[in-house]
Amino acid sequence: MASRKHLAAVKGAKVLMVGAGGIGCELLKTLALSGFQDIHIIDMDTIEVSNLNRQFLFRQSHVGQSKAKVAREAVLKFRPEISITSYHANVKDSDFNVDFFKNFNVVLNGLDNLDARRHVNRLCLAADVPLIESGTTGFLGQVTVHVKGKTECYECQPKPAPKTYPVCTITSTPSKFVHCIVWAKELLFAKLFGDKNQANDLNVRSSDGASSSEQAEDVFEHRNDEDIEQYGRRIYDHVFGYNIEQALSNEETWKNRNRPRPIYSRDVMPNGLGQQNGSMEKNGASNDVYSVSAMASLGMKNPQDIWSLMENSRVFLEALKLFFLKRQKEIGNMTFDKDDQLAVEFVTSAANIRAASFGIPLHSLFEAKGIAGNIVHAVATTNAVIAGLIVIEAIKVLQNDTKNYRMTYCLEHPARKMLLMPVDPFEPNKSCYVCSETPLSLEINTHCTKLRDVVEKIVRAKLGMSLPLIMHGSALLYEVGDDLDEDMVANYAANLDKVLSELPTPVTSGTMLTIEDLQQELSCKINIKHREEFDEEKEPDGMVLSGWTQSPAVAQDDKKSTANAGSTSNASSSMEAERTDDVETTPGRKRKLSEVPEAVNPDIPSVAGSSTRNPEKLELVDDDDELVIFDNWDSVTSKKIKLQ
Amino acid sequence: MDGEELTEQETALYDRQIRVWGAGAQRRLSKAHVLVCGITGTVAEFCKNIVLAGVGSLTLVDDRVVTEDALSANFLIPSDESVYAGKTLTELCRDSLKDFNPMVRVSVEKGDLTSFGVEFYSKFDVVVVSCCSFTTKKLINEKCRKSSKRVAFYTVDCRDSCGEIFVDLQHHKYSKKKNEETIECELQYPSFEESISVPWKSFPRRFSKLYFAMRVIERFEEAEQRKPGELSIADLPAVLKLKKELCEAQSVNESHIPNALLERLVTDTREFPPVCPIIGGILGQEVIKTISEKGDPVKNFFFFDAMDGKGVIEDISGNP
Repeated sequence: MASRKHLAAVKGAKVLMVGAGGIGCELLKTLALSGFQDIHIIDMDTIEVSNLNRQFLFRQSHVGQSKAKVAREAVLKFRPEISITSYHANVKDSDFNVDFFKNFNVVLNGLDNLDARRHVNRLCLAADVPLIESGTTGFLGQVTVHVKGKTECYECQPKPAPKTYPVCTITSTPSKFVHCIVWAKELLFAKLFGDKNQANDLNVRSSDGASSSEQAEDVFEHRNDEDIEQYGRRIYDHVFGYNIEQALSNEETWKNRNRPRPIYSRDVMPNGLGQQNGSMEKNGASNDVYSVSAMASLGMKNPQDIWSLMENSRVFLEALKLFFLKRQKEIGNMTFDKDDQLAVEFVTSAANIRAASFGIPLHSLFEAKGIAGNIVHAVATTNAVIAGLIVIEAIKVLQNDTKNYRMTYCLEHPARKMLLMPVDPFEPNKSCYVCSETPLSLEINTHCTKLRDVVEKIVRAKLGMSLPLIMHGSALLYEVGDDLDEDMVANYAANLDKVLSELPTPVTSGTMLTIEDLQQELSCKINIKHREEFDEEKEPDGMVLSGWTQSPAVAQDDKKSTANAGSTSNASSSMEAERTDDVETTPGRKRKLSEVPEAVNPDIPSVAGSSTRNPEKLELVDDDDELVIFDNWDSVTSKKIKLQ
Repeated sequence: MDGEELTEQETALYDRQIRVWGAGAQRRLSKAHVLVCGITGTVAEFCKNIVLAGVGSLTLVDDRVVTEDALSANFLIPSDESVYAGKTLTELCRDSLKDFNPMVRVSVEKGDLTSFGVEFYSKFDVVVVSCCSFTTKKLINEKCRKSSKRVAFYTVDCRDSCGEIFVDLQHHKYSKKKNEETIECELQYPSFEESISVPWKSFPRRFSKLYFAMRVIERFEEAEQRKPGELSIADLPAVLKLKKELCEAQSVNESHIPNALLERLVTDTREFPPVCPIIGGILGQEVIKTISEKGDPVKNFFFFDAMDGKGVIEDISGNP
């Protein structure tokens, strides 16, 4: 590894880095020190305060600026002679197409989400450029090498679907704090401050069926003449009192469960106490809406404290009030943001009051924020180690030193005396639909399933395509693009609403469909098999994709309760599994190397984006603030709730 | 919970890492004083890591001025000669490090580290030495051990694509999580001198070759009165001769120390840049574990070689 030998390879190389976050900062610095002279870096994010503890190229004064741009400037200070090109953009933008990727000798990922990772993987395969993938969480990390035809691609092994919860667990029978968070964030917060037209399960109660939905709509509306304090108490009493009473009336539900306790604001906060809440002046000075805080106006300081029921109730009312007084304009189009202090306060207090009602232990704002925001644990040291390992692999790739490619795990507890454990890379999976030609197989009821369902539930959600095209033989059934004429658009729109067997070119059992994504230059084939019946609970999509095994996305929470969920019985809510205790294990391929640690496995959290190949392969997500957000995974089906 | 609470500013800045090691550990970190002697690329990485982590103070010792060599793997030094001219390595690093985290006090101490007494070293909770001789390592380790309060002692060296960390925590108490439960543990460490006196014959069959190679180089530099890293390919025959003698004296087979490994270590004594963040990262993590009294620390050597990619812990205490 004498520096001279590799220097030539490094000097002439053109490198693309995707991500300028925790790993990205370390990587850009290490590439520059290692002699790389032409580095391009893409990142769509801007800098936040919570980045500064590890993204060391950024300072307080950079908050709000482009990560890619600031990282570039910082590194040029100690290596002014090299060329760094920054892009403040999404890697999924059409500018970054296959031709763009072909410019590079190697692509290095420091990403934070599965969607972008899959996208980059496909472009690297299409452009035939080697990819080095990486991820960290806490003290754990990994680096993998993906070279077309030589090692497996990033998608050769299926990634676990996000953790899901039955809707009724969220709406009626929470048993863990996370259920209360999902309820507070995805249902209550969305109902009060989000898009009113969005489907919302909050008003679906196990007891009183469909009739309640209209009523409930009225309850959440703020009447023009209504005092804001009164409005807050009315909402409080409705969701924590009345709704619980309603749920209690269904005796069936509580046979094997602890009965929840209805909570009314008058019991927790004697009249009048609410009014003396908060001195608004404290919030008045700043124009920054994100600095409005119920904690500040109530004189509460420590986010690590666990508030009492009364304190939570005061925060709840104060936060609600502040939204209406200080941020009225945003109401109706807000989505939860973990960096929005007031939103975090509202969700924390609402989740805690609900937890109190159901006898679930309360949590601090700090903890609640971590769960609600899917915040990944991150430290500088692991990112630094991973960045060093990425550069070592990149140098091997540039020298075409195939036999020495390794994937490396960074462990918290040594296994076979090792903290850094190299393993031989896997060979490509012959049945991978992304890097091989093997067709997938789709069981579906061709007589009653519409093309739209196939596009949304399979092509977008499962195959992760963003610009799909569907062909039956030479006949085009569906296509997305800017350059389509009106007739075609109308034609495709009509096709979407037709059931498969009634399409102009009917899709029936035995049909082979070709699905392509023009941007990703990915093409795959799907064999259609007709099937009459599907299990509503186990196969909620009403179709089953196989060939490339998708791990089951079933949460191990109480499934018994699904019977109570009425119209939403086949719905499930999901969140990305960050700190789940249950590591999913599916049998993986046999390893060539026996060096993989059995001992490691119990310590590795099942992280979103992680492979289901445990214990053979421990795959961790990166680093950055959000955990994997399965943008295209679940959001297309309105019947699912996910915490994101 | 001991001590005062973290400030709002600290909680916001350290949010992601408090989620890893907890608020109690963060408080301990903010009260810890760390001394670093000898600035290298690896040490620069280490300093960055613990400044970001939020230690109370960091003191740097190294009177050397900037040279081309020092620039090569050190991102703390601005490349502009008009900025670095006339300044010592430590002064330049201090200025950069201060910028990383305004909550950490970073300072420079001038002088020769061998001349500092026990009372100087006892001001610190952690002492890290790099690029110093075998004798100096032993001397400082002993001074740390003489302090009435425990001073954790580390050495770190990186040559070519190889790195070595030595750890002496004397007597270390800590807690760790096992099956959801927190358990209390204790470890007893030997000193550097005790550790390297352990007969090679007593080591298990699969043992880090880098350990032996580093001892050969260390002895060679000591005997020839060279500064650490003051070697070239011309020294190889003499180094190989010393290896033979040492192996004979220790009654171990010469194949334990591959000549190719020694050749790498004498030919390119500079740090291979991508190895610096790896060794500096592991060392940072270890120091954080020690200060926070959380998690199993390395006992008592760590080795990394980019050639095979393994990062290995060896326990060399003489009482297996």
